[in-house]
Amino acid sequence: MLSPYIPILVQAIIVAGLGAAILGVSALVGVRKRSSEKLAPYECGIAPVGNARGRFSVSFYLVGMLFILFDVEAVFLYPWAVVFKSLHWAGFIEMFLYILILLAGYVYVWKKGALDWTR
Amino acid sequence: MAILFYIFAAVAVIAGLNVVLQRRPVYSALWLIVVLCALAVEYLLLGAVFMAFIQIIVYAGAIMVLFVLVIMLLNAHHEEPTHGSQFAQWLGAPLVVALLVEIGVAVWSWPGAAHVNPPPLRAGPKSVGDLLFHQYVLPFEVTSALILVAILGAVVLARKES
Repeated sequence: MLSPYIPILVQAIIVAGLGAAILGVSALVGVRKRSSEKLAPYECGIAPVGNARGRFSVSFYLVGMLFILFDVEAVFLYPWAVVFKSLHWAGFIEMFLYILILLAGYVYVWKKGALDWTR
Repeated sequence: MAILFYIFAAVAVIAGLNVVLQRRPVYSALWLIVVLCALAVEYLLLGAVFMAFIQIIVYAGAIMVLFVLVIMLLNAHHEEPTHGSQFAQWLGAPLVVALLVEIGVAVWSWPGAAHVNPPPLRAGPKSVGDLLFHQYVLPFEVTSALILVAILGAVVLARKES
């Protein structure tokens, strides 16, 4: 029963092994020459500015929250997509109502400007 | 099969201990992802295929994103122990002992795997979908209303005072 998932297990082992091998080899044979430039925190190639522990916009939280909610919505689409051919029009209407109700939420979020980052 | 269960159960327990013992909240959050992934494998071993992948998509994916964002928003750098908690001081250890005794009694009186015959579970997306869109149509539609209320709540909570 689990045989279809063996490739995933093999891939996970290869990924973990590759990561460990790269880190291990570079720790063993790598040459360390410390300089202040090299030890500075890497920030996409730009010189770091200030402390990272400033105040963040609440927009991050809002987008994260909305991401979870629409993710939960999308989760119900997976079983629907598998069986929808056997459900015929009834399944279409069921999912249509479901999406319609959540579309109201989406329109609310949009009109409130919650996705507007510059607000 | 059983060996896979024990391997991932051990991973879940070790990662769970690390969630509690790590002093930096971000490390705890990363260990929690390991716990959730190990539990997903256990669901897979039980035959709950759909649950296993939902565990990865929703819990290890979306909910952990929110955890990390909250850690970032709270500027939680190091864990700060609360010294004023009398409750933890006086009741913590006895409660842990009581819990361990309870688990011990349950394990001791367990009749063994031969006496437990769980029905074979094949809860893939197809069987979940068949149940959800035939027998449980109303709860499914009500779920959308629940998510809608949660969306409104999130927007109202995070609104800026004007």
